[in-house]
Amino acid sequence: MRLTHLLFAATAAVSLAAPALAHRQWLLPSTTTLSDTSQYVTVDAAASNDLFYPDHVAMNPDMIAVQAPDGSSGTIENAAKGRHRTTFDVKIDKPGTWKIGTETDAVMGGFMLNGEQWRVGGRRGPPPAAGAAARPMPKVVATAADIPAGATDVKLTEVMNRNAIFVTAGAPSEDVFTPTGKGLEMQPITHPAALVADEEGQFRFLVDGKPAAGVKVMVVPGSKKFRESEGAQELTTGADGVLHVTWPVPGVYWMSATVTDAKATAPRATERRMGFTTTLEVPAP
Amino acid sequence: MRPSHLLAIGAPLVAGSAAAQTVSVTVPQLKVAEYHRPYVAGWLEPAAGGPARTVFVWYDIKKRGAEPGTKWLADLRSWWRKGGRSLHLPADGVSGATRAPGTYQIPLPKGLAPGAYVLNVEAARETGGRELVRVPITVPRRGGTAKGSTELGTVTVR
Repeated sequence: MRLTHLLFAATAAVSLAAPALAHRQWLLPSTTTLSDTSQYVTVDAAASNDLFYPDHVAMNPDMIAVQAPDGSSGTIENAAKGRHRTTFDVKIDKPGTWKIGTETDAVMGGFMLNGEQWRVGGRRGPPPAAGAAARPMPKVVATAADIPAGATDVKLTEVMNRNAIFVTAGAPSEDVFTPTGKGLEMQPITHPAALVADEEGQFRFLVDGKPAAGVKVMVVPGSKKFRESEGAQELTTGADGVLHVTWPVPGVYWMSATVTDAKATAPRATERRMGFTTTLEVPAP
Repeated sequence: MRPSHLLAIGAPLVAGSAAAQTVSVTVPQLKVAEYHRPYVAGWLEPAAGGPARTVFVWYDIKKRGAEPGTKWLADLRSWWRKGGRSLHLPADGVSGATRAPGTYQIPLPKGLAPGAYVLNVEAARETGGRELVRVPITVPRRGGTAKGSTELGTVTVR
């Protein structure tokens, strides 16, 4: 499990190191609404700047977990990692609301050793081109446990990210939104299967199970190629942790919340950075 | 006669005894290269809010197999969101086969509580469009009419 986390951390290192310039991680289901339990959804998974154009990096399909409405685990089928995007299928064979996505908990940061800057976690960089001289070994250790005894100026950040989509067969259910009480989570007031463009969407954000005020949330509609503005909204949760979203157009939306605090639980980490991302279908009324 | 009758007996009983209103729905003829009969659903919403009550839903009730006719019911997206998704189909007196272009009469359910409602009719067509027509009415007496522009013709309650 830890290995998976690290691999993810490695692929996402650029975005983790510089959130302001992050490529957006996204999951795009073929539909979020199914009328029975004999169907599949097929999902695209990638990181790119523009939603939902796969033009940058495919997501690692090994990271995907599926939770059925009854709490059991589902499986992904036909996973394939392409140049720019991963695809996989999920058989939706139980009624209610399913959760499909990723959850990662990694530690990133750095320290000084003998006057040199070292990194913890993060990307090792591409391998040298064929025929080129091998580069010097990058100064990186895999985990905080590998920090040598003589290290100074240790600064570590715990990075917890969730990215999930919600698919509903028949009537919606709530079980997949039960908070774990750890990190940043979202509890819908407007169920993702009940969104409509002419009604406000309401979502409660929780940190460690408690309503979180002041969480910054980006809400971005897809398909900006076909209009002038990106249409992104930068919103903030209220004192009750609730985010109120009005939808400028019907469509598929990417919603991503981030919050930083000092309540890291990983050893030696002093800062905690948390993210929650989802993709929402907002139909025309 | 009718008003004193109302006062004497009380609203619920009167609603039950009043002659049920009828919806008339026109499925228009469309000049398109590929035509499939639309899925159509009709439902009542109390004007003041409250649960929707499905009056009829026309879909491919006979199609079975890997892709049964129920697969596309969610394309009636407003009906699906407002209550279709919690209905067990086929439902007696509600489910019906898709209809060819023409005008059809459907009785409203008997025993509706008197009051203001909106009758909604939604049509969605394979390789075609989708339209929702809303007709405000009052049970038991006042009907209404509205006209669709693409997927539905006139919808009248009388």
